Amino acid sequence: MVIAVLVPALLFANIYVMIILLLSQLPLLLVGKVARRWALSLRAGVFLSALIFVVNLFTGSYLSAIALTLRFLVLLTSFSLFFMTTSPDDLGLALDRIGAIRWLSRRWLGYPNALSFTFTTAVRLVPTLAVDAQTVVDAQRSRGLELDKGNLLKRVRNYIPILIPLLLIAIRRSLELAEALESRGFPGKEGRTSLFQLKFRPVDYAIIALSVVAIAGSFWVFFHYKIPVL
Amino acid sequence: MITLDRVSYTYRSGQRALTDIDLNLEGGDFIAIMGENGAGKTTLAKHLNGLLKPSQGRVLVDGEDTRKASVAKLSRKVGLVFQNPDHLLFSETVRDEVAFGLKNFGFAPDVVDKQVERTLEALGLSEYTDTSPFLLSGGERKRVALAAILATEPDYLILDEPTIGQDYQQKERLRNFILQLYSQGKAVVMITHDVEFVAESNPKVILLSQGRIVARGPADSVLSKDELVKKASLVRPQMSRLFSELTNYGFPSDVIDVHRARLLLEEKLSEAKVRVAQNS
Repeated sequence: MVIAVLVPALLFANIYVMIILLLSQLPLLLVGKVARRWALSLRAGVFLSALIFVVNLFTGSYLSAIALTLRFLVLLTSFSLFFMTTSPDDLGLALDRIGAIRWLSRRWLGYPNALSFTFTTAVRLVPTLAVDAQTVVDAQRSRGLELDKGNLLKRVRNYIPILIPLLLIAIRRSLELAEALESRGFPGKEGRTSLFQLKFRPVDYAIIALSVVAIAGSFWVFFHYKIPVL
Repeated sequence: MITLDRVSYTYRSGQRALTDIDLNLEGGDFIAIMGENGAGKTTLAKHLNGLLKPSQGRVLVDGEDTRKASVAKLSRKVGLVFQNPDHLLFSETVRDEVAFGLKNFGFAPDVVDKQVERTLEALGLSEYTDTSPFLLSGGERKRVALAAILATEPDYLILDEPTIGQDYQQKERLRNFILQLYSQGKAVVMITHDVEFVAESNPKVILLSQGRIVARGPADSVLSKDELVKKASLVRPQMSRLFSELTNYGFPSDVIDVHRARLLLEEKLSEAKVRVAQNS
């Protein structure tokens, strides 16, 4: 469904299309009970959308600037919607069911669960790393480091004392994780079952069908008509 | 002097971490902050050098409100040593690591060199001056982290769990070192779960539970009270557990350290000896 929103958003730079796409997602935000968190991520995206607007204002007309800024918001919204309503565990489980990924994983890494597990672990470790990053920043500030001091080059260099400990912590943790996994028998035997089974319900098929139609429709319109900005 | 005046702190997630903390810290003080995991010990420590600003109340460092001063400026006076050295080590050599803070604070190069040398020697790290900190053991890295803060000679030294990962001899050295610091007129605050370490060093103890101060006083009066200690998820020091069982024999109930225990036992035993001699 995310793709169904992305394709028209990327194909057309039309303001009306963008507004329709944006509005069509609002009820979904409410249903998913993530409207507040979406608003927060929107607030974080204000600077970037302002940047996009200004840059496009210089390179094109103000209409296309508006359209492209709206496109950014559409993308932001659809991605937020997806990641805020889908737990990483479910996503990992879903990946694990895709035959192509299992096949690739077996070819590359020797056993079918490795790729989906890598993905789940990576997502899982992001918040942990964020906590570490905050601690490192605090620790270095306590040693008199001022991140926003000096000229541009100095400011970039200021991040060295932050990045090196963080990188080392991440590497060390991944090694520990690998050892912990091995000591618990990972990857186990072929044909592992999982505690939770993902099942397609009729409504899921309906949404997939709708998405496919929307994507195909967008392509059809894209190749047959020229859509202006406004 | 560092003054905490009815300090409360609530994290952005809405989680209340500190409630109505009043605390004074002067040169010559030695304070151990103890309490259960999540009691707010580290949050409290981060208030002392302005990393966190109180949600209510205020923190004054030598009369200056931490809300108005930069962390860099406050850190000049208040040295905060983080629990995990891996959060701060990044240099190629131990020398550079220890010099980092000094350079940030704008010391002259010759002063930096001298301070680095002195600090490394005091902490028994001289032989590692040109070693990469990442090649050292956990306990050594921890001492490098301590050296990195100590080199700037802060008036107030805040140590977050300094005894973790140190063997008993290193703990003993650390204790002597702390003793030296506060007898030189510096203030030392130590966050710790290490009941025995505290019992042997006999600082003032502040017991924190769920963000509130539940007890404060000399270590022997706080750590020998079972109900207080339990509240902070600790157990009493071994000596206290032993001597509280021996009160029938006339021993005081607030013995927590080996030294005092020994004196008391010696006294009792020699009395007993005299009695045996008289009887026979």
